[in-house]
Amino acid sequence: MITIDIHKTLQNSNGTMSLAIQLTIEKGQLITLYGPSGSGKTSTLRILAGLMSPDTGHILVNDKKWIDTDKNIKLSPQQRKIGYVFQDYALFPNMTVRKNLEFALEKGQDKSIIEELIDIIALKKLQHKKPTTLSGGQQQRVALARALVRTPDILLLDEPLSALDVTMRSKLQDYITKVHKRYNLTTILVSHDIGEIIKMSDKIYCLEDGKIVRQGNPIHIFTNNQLSGKFQFTGKIITIKKEGVVYLVTVLIGNNVVKVIAQESEIAALKTGDLVVVASKAFNPVLMPIQT
Amino acid sequence: MIDWGPIILTAKLALLTTSILFVISIPLAYWLATTRSKIKPIIETLVSMPLVLPPTVLGFYLLMAFSPGNAFGAWLQEYFGIQLIFSFSGLVIGSIIYSLPFMVNPIQSGLSSLPTSFSEASYVLGKSKMNTLLNVLLPNIKPSLLTGIVLAFAHTVGEFGVVLMIGGNIPDKTKVVSIAIYDEVEALNYSNAHLYSLLLFGITFVVLLSVYMINGGYLKRFWK
Repeated sequence: MITIDIHKTLQNSNGTMSLAIQLTIEKGQLITLYGPSGSGKTSTLRILAGLMSPDTGHILVNDKKWIDTDKNIKLSPQQRKIGYVFQDYALFPNMTVRKNLEFALEKGQDKSIIEELIDIIALKKLQHKKPTTLSGGQQQRVALARALVRTPDILLLDEPLSALDVTMRSKLQDYITKVHKRYNLTTILVSHDIGEIIKMSDKIYCLEDGKIVRQGNPIHIFTNNQLSGKFQFTGKIITIKKEGVVYLVTVLIGNNVVKVIAQESEIAALKTGDLVVVASKAFNPVLMPIQT
Repeated sequence: MIDWGPIILTAKLALLTTSILFVISIPLAYWLATTRSKIKPIIETLVSMPLVLPPTVLGFYLLMAFSPGNAFGAWLQEYFGIQLIFSFSGLVIGSIIYSLPFMVNPIQSGLSSLPTSFSEASYVLGKSKMNTLLNVLLPNIKPSLLTGIVLAFAHTVGEFGVVLMIGGNIPDKTKVVSIAIYDEVEALNYSNAHLYSLLLFGITFVVLLSVYMINGGYLKRFWK
């Protein structure tokens, strides 16, 4: 279990912001920090990793104190067991994929985890290549694997998928879910992608101006009401067109375009670019196998 | 036939100066690239001063400082039995100070150009600062290291003012090639001056050309 209670005054483009975060995360959970840029998500991760110090507060990880400003306890990043996947991946260009992973080994640690991770992230063929020759998605996988070598107490993912296209994103979300379960990790994800958050996380914390303004189950948070829909997806409205007496709303879900009929009363609250949940309650959807 | 003494002496001076500079410049450049200390601008200025200061000024102050007639020079003489004036060791110290910016500046800008996430990623992986510097940072700024080494070497080969001020013109002790050229011209031995000059010209050209070729990736492309 992880308990976080931290305060810090930060400088940003709008002047100063006071970051005040209280969280409790159960072991094995995957939680998401969500919110506009500059709301303190990355700063929270950096404080957890020890790359930044809070003004006051404490962090307790599995009954071990990482930070306690009252008692002047502060573990260095090296002393904490953290897996951190940076936004720019931060792979070392002078080392091959394999060497990047091996560099992360602790003294005397069993090397077999390297083989296992290379296997899981499916990079066996590329293990002797330098990271700069890999695609964004491949680099991301290497960064994820490298963060796992030390079998960390917490895995921190700072918008790891923001630079990737939709298909690649979806694949990597599966990789992250897979390793999260396999190593029984406690994972904190920073993400802007609502679909991704709903798909992956157990709990979401919405940050605004350094404070947690809402928290809970991702679907509840994003729809504001509890649906008991038989199926539901999140998407973005591309166009709203009037067709006779109804409106035809085109919604982009993942990389599929879906057309939905809506009443005038529903349209009033929507505009192009809005994020919506497309859900169906009354119909039983038809499932058909896909030839791949 | 020309005397090879000055050439050997110049090579010795440049090699020794460059090696010592390399060792002391890495920590200094690392400190400058990472510190948030208030005295950083002052240290940066001191390091870069030899770039603009006439060598004679530096030479003059070193001459004053090293002179046994002064406190520091007398202390050196008394406790260590070293006399730095008109000696090879004095030349090495003068050259180190004089060529310092040529080694420190490229390494510092190389280190600053690396994303901070490199060192942060390494710390989070449990690696010490030293381990990070040696295994992550330095291997990724090889072109800057090479530039620093070559510029410091070439600059030491070409120095004149500092050497003349603190070293004088003692054969096999302080008479480097640049001084020898001056000497030969004064003695109206133009042919010898020509030979020395041509040699320096050639060495400098080859050395700088190789740096630009390696850093520009020409050699790599050629090997492939």
